[in-house]
Amino acid sequence: MTTRLVVENIKHKPMRTLLSILLMGVPVTLILSLVGISEGLSADAQNRARGIGADVVVRGSTASAGLSYSGASISEKLVDKLQEQPHVKLAMGVIVHSIDFPALSMMGVDLPAFNAMSGGFTYQEGGPLQGPYDILIDRLYADQKKTHAGSTLRLLNQDWHVAGIIEGGKLARIVVTKATLQELDAATGKVSVIYVKLDDPANTDAVVRQLRELLPNFDVNSMEYYTSMFAVTNYGTVKVFTYVVIGIGVVIGFAVVCLSMYMAVLQRTREIGILKSLGASKTFILRIVLTEAALLGIGGTILGILMSYAACWAIRTFVPASFPMIIVHAWWPKALLITFLGAEMGAIYPGLSAASHDAIEALAYE
Amino acid sequence: MSSGGIIQVRDLRKIYRVGKVDVPALRGVDLEAQRGEFVAIVGPSGSGKSTLFHIIGGLTPPTSGTVRVADEDLAALTDAGRTKLRKRTVGFVFQKFNLLPNLTARDNIAVARYIAGAGKKPDPQFEEVLRLLKIDDRLDHKPNALSGGEQQRIAIARAIVNHPAILLADEPTGNLDTENSKAVLEILRDLNERLGQTILMITHNPEAAAYGHHTVHMRDGRIIERT
Repeated sequence: MTTRLVVENIKHKPMRTLLSILLMGVPVTLILSLVGISEGLSADAQNRARGIGADVVVRGSTASAGLSYSGASISEKLVDKLQEQPHVKLAMGVIVHSIDFPALSMMGVDLPAFNAMSGGFTYQEGGPLQGPYDILIDRLYADQKKTHAGSTLRLLNQDWHVAGIIEGGKLARIVVTKATLQELDAATGKVSVIYVKLDDPANTDAVVRQLRELLPNFDVNSMEYYTSMFAVTNYGTVKVFTYVVIGIGVVIGFAVVCLSMYMAVLQRTREIGILKSLGASKTFILRIVLTEAALLGIGGTILGILMSYAACWAIRTFVPASFPMIIVHAWWPKALLITFLGAEMGAIYPGLSAASHDAIEALAYE
Repeated sequence: MSSGGIIQVRDLRKIYRVGKVDVPALRGVDLEAQRGEFVAIVGPSGSGKSTLFHIIGGLTPPTSGTVRVADEDLAALTDAGRTKLRKRTVGFVFQKFNLLPNLTARDNIAVARYIAGAGKKPDPQFEEVLRLLKIDDRLDHKPNALSGGEQQRIAIARAIVNHPAILLADEPTGNLDTENSKAVLEILRDLNERLGQTILMITHNPEAAAYGHHTVHMRDGRIIERT
């Protein structure tokens, strides 16, 4: 009966209900979009790193496991030195230049070495790099830029000839020849990171230990550890930002429901008086208000989830390469909890106010 | 205080505080109603009728005096105790009907049962009462689709659905035309005669008061005559 009463109350003021649900849905969408973009970026970076086919990663000691490790601080001679180490099948130096942090980097590679390490790119249009200002871009970036093989792309204040459109999931979305990027970055003879492929992946731990002894000033890790560092939980700022958005969500939910329910309680003063004349307790009145707030919270969460799909569609349509957003279902219950918490907190004051109405005054309310 | 009366009121006083001024609404009221009695209370505005009604119905506590309703001493009851009294012991019928506008007539009656902790479905005897009230075919309508007379009959059904010991009716015909007023008053008399329902009815209308077994006249917070 409580639910019937609450549902009829909600239906009685559809505009107020819809506005409340919409306003509560917005922070849910923000939270789910933020999480979706963070997780999408992380999964995309891990996928591309694994696609290289390396077993060990060597970076300069100041490099962090950020989504970008732009800058070249490692001498290219180290690549040859690593090539001579036991169990090392292939070492490849790559120079990285961040284009649009965090998802977009241009990588300069020695294409034959990359082909040997990874098995090479799959070309959806065009073919491999030929000239110094040839560029390969993946399908998502090509869609985002609305470009095709054979066209010209301007990046780093330079016109590039799009030699091919590659399937994503390997190394980078934007690939050029190593020598050209070294020259543009004034980093001739330097690389940003060295990928090492071993004769047998089972030797990875031993080789990592050996290289750490050999290169004490460098950051040497297995690819498995390296990709694990891309997990969202390892980014303190992302976590803090997520908490801030969650806090905003709770506050908005609280404020919207508090205002909405306060107005509803005022409008229903006489009805509260009627219920009291029928013997409704304070707890019963409070329960009605809290139940209505809970339903608004559930509605807001559902709408927020639907709007996160709309946001995901928009991002994948307009900037698929810059923000590889995914839908993170695991966050739906969390979003519901956050909204529910905000809504119930917001309903407590109006609920207590309704419960404490004097029955005679309430019945006389016009 | 004599025993036997379902309502026993002795030296009842109620003072409302308006700003810094004490306004006496009841100045020592003595009243007794027997089980199964139909008592009409008449008097001009401000005579204290509604205050007496609210105190007997447990909507507000008395300032002093003794009020016993169905063997409950209202002066000793807490707010929760008075809430319990309204659930089971008294039923209200108001001048403005006071139906919940968002619920159908059926749900308006059901909500009273729900609050009282009774079962979802009224007993067969109540179905008979609905037929007596001539509203059994109007139960799925919301109040705004019902005439004033129908709304008041729904309100009466809601008031008696939990078989309260006392039915308190505050100007039940005040918002009705002559025809509907007569119908409602006859229903009240019928309920009193057939079911033995104790009824206390406030009215301005001497013709309405004539439906009761007795009429109590009030003025300036006191009972001045009982006929």
